[in-house]
Amino acid sequence: MSISTEREGHTYEAAQPYQVSREAIREFAASVKARSSAHTDPEAAVALGHADLVAPPTFAVLVAQRAEAAVVSDPAAGIDFSRVVHAEERFTHHAPIAAGETLTGQTTLERIRVMGGGAMVTTVTEITNQDGEAKSTVTSSLLVRADDEEAA
Amino acid sequence: MAAPQITELEKGQSIGTRRISLSRADLVAYAAASGDHNPIHWNERFAQEVGLDGVIAHGMLTMGAASDIVSEWAGDPGAILDYQTRFTKPVPVADADSGSPSEPTAELEVSGKVGKLDEEAGTVRIDLTVELVEGSPAPRCWPRRRLSSASDVRRGGVHPPPGPAVPIIA
Repeated sequence: MSISTEREGHTYEAAQPYQVSREAIREFAASVKARSSAHTDPEAAVALGHADLVAPPTFAVLVAQRAEAAVVSDPAAGIDFSRVVHAEERFTHHAPIAAGETLTGQTTLERIRVMGGGAMVTTVTEITNQDGEAKSTVTSSLLVRADDEEAA
Repeated sequence: MAAPQITELEKGQSIGTRRISLSRADLVAYAAASGDHNPIHWNERFAQEVGLDGVIAHGMLTMGAASDIVSEWAGDPGAILDYQTRFTKPVPVADADSGSPSEPTAELEVSGKVGKLDEEAGTVRIDLTVELVEGSPAPRCWPRRRLSSASDVRRGGVHPPPGPAVPIIA
């Protein structure tokens, strides 16, 4: 399998909608050791102006990675997942994510930069909620390491 | 804690530090919460087969944990408008020599300082640095090193933009 740039610019089908539960926010917040009570106590979240428990700043990765899976599993892109290293991640939040929302992520394969036998693959995932409101833009760069044995 | 006022901030000013310990159990918990079940984060044999020295933490676990000092400083996790990280070095998390897998074997130190102020936009960029703490509390020693050189957090007023009576966080 080798990397191909033919899919550059391609927008993949949106992933299945993701329903944000209070439980998922609490579990994710605990797993990243986030201490704000706005992740666990609805009253504390409302006091800050949120509709319900607010998600930690990197929670959108749950939705983004489900959408990005379309790129990694696309045979036309030729990405060998076992050789992938996460290089960069960026979240641009248009509005904070709160419990009770249903989010949809749709990924575009923004760029494939071939470097030797490897490549840097950049994807952009737009996350919207059930009302079509833009929530977050997630940019992810994966480094696909060269297969040394094949190159030799 | 009162939200910081942009007019009272200075470039280079520290927003605080936090030490965060990590265990194998933490990596499994993050895998479950995030849905990222890549075995390099929990299986030693597999990690070594793909060329790593051993199990490493999810980059997104480090990124997620590092943002907490900013959420705390801003007074609201929802105040973080933009957050980007470059993953420069892996964070090895060894299996504990004995006892519970919840025993921490790696410790990170996160520090943040004001990188840039934009009074017009009402935003502040916070530059975060995450370092692996040497030999503590892990049974093995690693050199102290810079793990993340270009992590910055842009934080801003609460969404929607605050009215004049609301303190503008940057």
